[in-house]
This record gives sequence, structure tokens and C-alpha cells, in this order.
Amino acid sequence: MTTRRGFLLALGSIAAGDALAQLPPNIAALRQAALDEGVRKVTGGAQVRPGKVKLDIPPLIDNGNTVPLTVTVESPMTEADHVKAIHVFTEKNPQPFVIGAHLGPRAGRAKLATRARIADTGKVIAIAEMSDGSFWSDTVSVVVTLSACLEDGLI
Amino acid sequence: MAARVVVNVPATAKRGEVIEIRTLAGHEMETGFRRTDRGVLIPRDIITRFVCTYNGVEVFSADLHPAMAANPLISFTTIATESGTLEFKWTGDNGYSATQSAAINVT
Repeated sequence: MTTRRGFLLALGSIAAGDALAQLPPNIAALRQAALDEGVRKVTGGAQVRPGKVKLDIPPLIDNGNTVPLTVTVESPMTEADHVKAIHVFTEKNPQPFVIGAHLGPRAGRAKLATRARIADTGKVIAIAEMSDGSFWSDTVSVVVTLSACLEDGLI
Repeated sequence: MAARVVVNVPATAKRGEVIEIRTLAGHEMETGFRRTDRGVLIPRDIITRFVCTYNGVEVFSADLHPAMAANPLISFTTIATESGTLEFKWTGDNGYSATQSAAINVT
């Protein structure tokens, strides 16, 4: 016969098993690893220094499905000294890479505007690759109230 | 489905002027992470690449990823060097391809 204690213990283990089955273990670490991997792919392991880049994004986002953002980089944009690429990442997305834009001295100004999907409250990172091979970045923390990926009827 | 794309390029510009170009492609940008109400995963379907050429020379390109919003908007700048045409090309999953061109008169 099942005792009350045994039944409760069994119930507890079922609940814990369900939770484990649904949530990949250590999701924060997985996301950080995915972000690091994405950044490493574009930089090739080079050091990324903060500065020169300005990422404009609203700090409070109502709807994560369409988030306008603008990246500007301080650069004379000459043949000798220009921005080669601008990359944008988000910390909490299942795939952190948003866009990788390739430009050159003919751009005149290093400026890129686009719209991203942002899954959750966290950091957004813009990285600029200069013609001399250095990398510069800007990081902004944003708060998302309605997450991307959770749309009407498609949860 | 016919591709719907819009580009915004100034019709005239002074030589050497930095002009801003805005482009928009009508596309769902399905991430491949969403499920239907029956739990079936919706396959990924996104635009992966955008290229802009100015009189045949590539001046801007971008690699797009699922974290781009639906109807991807890309805005960038270029120097008005000479009169001619700007060609825009989007390509993506499932053979998606769209092109658009705009004429510019440089004085």
C-alpha cells in the first residue's frame, strides 16, 4: 500500500523530472557560451575594447519583436582608416547574432540603423572592426517587457 | 509570392555628399524557434544576405540572422560619387531573391 509520505515523495520527483525535461540545464551558461562563440567568430579571438562605438537603443522596450537601433562609430572613414564591419549581438536570444554589416571608405560615415528582435532583458552589444584590425564595442543594458518569440497564439 | 521591397534614395545629390539610404524588405523572417498551437516547429525562413552596389561596385553588404525583426529595415550611408544607379539585392532561405534599383543624379 502506498503511504502518504511515499506518495508525496513520488509526486515531488515527477515534478522535478518534468522541470528538468523542459528547461535545459544551466541556460544562462549556455547563452553566455553562444554569445562568446558568436563574438569569437567575428573577432577571431582579438581583444575587444570599449569605446569609439555608440549604440543607440531605447533602454525600456515594450515590444521585443521590433526594436529600432542605431550604431555609429567614430572614424574619419578614409582609405587608410575606416570601419570595415559593424556587428550587433544580443545576450539573451537563442541565437545572439543580429546583423553583420560590411562597409568601407565609400560609406562616408560609419552609421547603421536597423531593427532587431530581443528575447529578454539583458545586454545588447555592438562591435566595430577597424581597418587596422582593432575591435571596439559598446554595450547597452535594455529592459524588455514583451519578449520576442512569444507571439499571439504561437507560444 | 512576389517580393515586396522598398528603397529610399535621394534623387539628386551634390558630388561628395554623404547620402543616407533606407531599405525595407517585406518578409516574415521566421526564426525557426516558434511552434504552432499544435506544437509543430515552424521551419526557419529568413533573408540571409543584403548587398548594395553603386554603378556595379559593392558599397555595402550585410549578413542577416534570425534575430533581425520581421520586414528587415537596413539604413546606411554612402558618398555620392557620380550619377548612375544603385542596385539592391536580398537573398535568403528557400530560394528567396529580390532586387530593386534606384537612379541618382549627382551634380
